[in-house]
Amino acid sequence: MLLKDFLDKKIFAVLNEGKDLDRELTKVFCCDLLSIAMSKAPSGSVWITVMGNVNAIAVSVLAEIGCIILAEDANLDETAFAKAKEQGVTVLKSSSPIFDTGLIAHNLLNG
Amino acid sequence: MTDAIKLKYIVSPDDFTRAGEASSDVKGKLKKMGIEPEIVRKVAIAMYEGEINMVIHANGGTIDVEITPSEITMVLADTGPGIKDIEQAMQEGFSTAPDNVRSLGFGAGMGLPNMKKYSDEMDIQTQIGVGTTVTMKVYIK
Repeated sequence: MLLKDFLDKKIFAVLNEGKDLDRELTKVFCCDLLSIAMSKAPSGSVWITVMGNVNAIAVSVLAEIGCIILAEDANLDETAFAKAKEQGVTVLKSSSPIFDTGLIAHNLLNG
Repeated sequence: MTDAIKLKYIVSPDDFTRAGEASSDVKGKLKKMGIEPEIVRKVAIAMYEGEINMVIHANGGTIDVEITPSEITMVLADTGPGIKDIEQAMQEGFSTAPDNVRSLGFGAGMGLPNMKKYSDEMDIQTQIGVGTTVTMKVYIK
């Protein structure tokens, strides 16, 4: 599924709509530890985390993650929001826990 | 591309908001040069982990990057405390990162293991109280 089609489902609130909306989303990846996400998150993945800091944005860019979904109503802090805008990273938000958010995203991707 | 391209970056101490800028810059340059995405990813991950290590443990430092047609070499040099036990530091899950750093999502003990995993060659020279120099190479061909 393309990122733009994923956004069109309007299931998750959009904190920042990034660039490259035509990219293909590959699978869902859940983890809060940045080094693990960095090395294990597949390129183009939907990354579910509660880490809304600037380093999560950096990891997302470097690991070529498709988009971030912040679970548990976690927010982007101000610096992270500015970085997401600057780097064109799509960041969404969910009030559900990480697993539930991941499951919803998984079902959307595989629906 | 016949000549080597040389880049130099200064890594600021304790500045987590800027950590990753050097890696992002190198990643962008490699992409523009048309380097294969998997190689770009390897360089980006290895270098970011090194950059973060320098911010967390070593009061920053310098990163020299050299790109030739056959390989990318990254030399990360700091004047930090040095690594007491390299073998232990290379084990996945071993971390000496303080709590404030862990709360940012770091400190998983994956830094050096990831650097080794994503580079084709890695050499660590370290001396307690003097500093650490990590040299990593990623082959292009």
